[in-house]
Amino acid sequence: MGRRLRFIIPSVFAQGQEVQKRIMAEVEKHHYCENAAFAIKLAVEEALINAIKHGNKLDPHKTVSVEASVTPTRAEIIIEDQGAGFDRTKVPDPRADENLERLHGRGILLMEAYMNKVQWLKGGRRVRMVRRNDDSPGGGCLSCVQNP
Amino acid sequence: MPESPAHLKITQEGDVAIVEFTESRILDEVNITEIGHALGGIVESRERPRLLLDFANVDHLSSAALGMLININNRIKQRNGQLRLAGIKPQIMEVFVITKLNRLFRIAPSRSEALATFE
Repeated sequence: MGRRLRFIIPSVFAQGQEVQKRIMAEVEKHHYCENAAFAIKLAVEEALINAIKHGNKLDPHKTVSVEASVTPTRAEIIIEDQGAGFDRTKVPDPRADENLERLHGRGILLMEAYMNKVQWLKGGRRVRMVRRNDDSPGGGCLSCVQNP
Repeated sequence: MPESPAHLKITQEGDVAIVEFTESRILDEVNITEIGHALGGIVESRERPRLLLDFANVDHLSSAALGMLININNRIKQRNGQLRLAGIKPQIMEVFVITKLNRLFRIAPSRSEALATFE
């Protein structure tokens, strides 16, 4: 039904974009509805930027590994960096009045809003995201699951 | 008429600079930096900048793009100027609503409606 894609890339944005294109090609191949495709594209973009920029700190010697499984009904994407990790519960809510004008910190919120499931694993170095192929605007999970 | 930098088309209506994004994706980090510099140049070149950003062509944007827009908004406010956003498609509008940035920015459905809100 769907093949598993695997990539290991250096911490370079252009390489991340190539991975994103390959995943989105699978999504298009399975004729995902517009809202699900939009959600996956946005979440993969944010997760790759997080891994490359905030996780690996743009260190080209550190790699990002990506696994994606796209079937006609659901897409599962796992992205892991080699950085120090982070504690999801300590990330401030960018929607709070005092944070509304902050320039950064909305990527995680968007991933969790648009995917049906987002799990932060290995101390925040790995994220597993699932999105069903349905036409709800956002996956709307917004309830992260953090494992050690 | 100012010369339009890459990724942008700039026109003038009265004292309002209208900036249209010419690409459908405002995702890429490099593009966002370039767009931020170009918009910053417009802001810094005017005493009380009045800027209208037209999103009619935009199908995707990222959190980095939102940060760039907040930065431009702050710089405009520092110069007692005004920023308006217009033509945002429903999928992109949802990004503004989820992040609650629809409370920070003045957003109008169309370019003409946005123009009418400048004070």
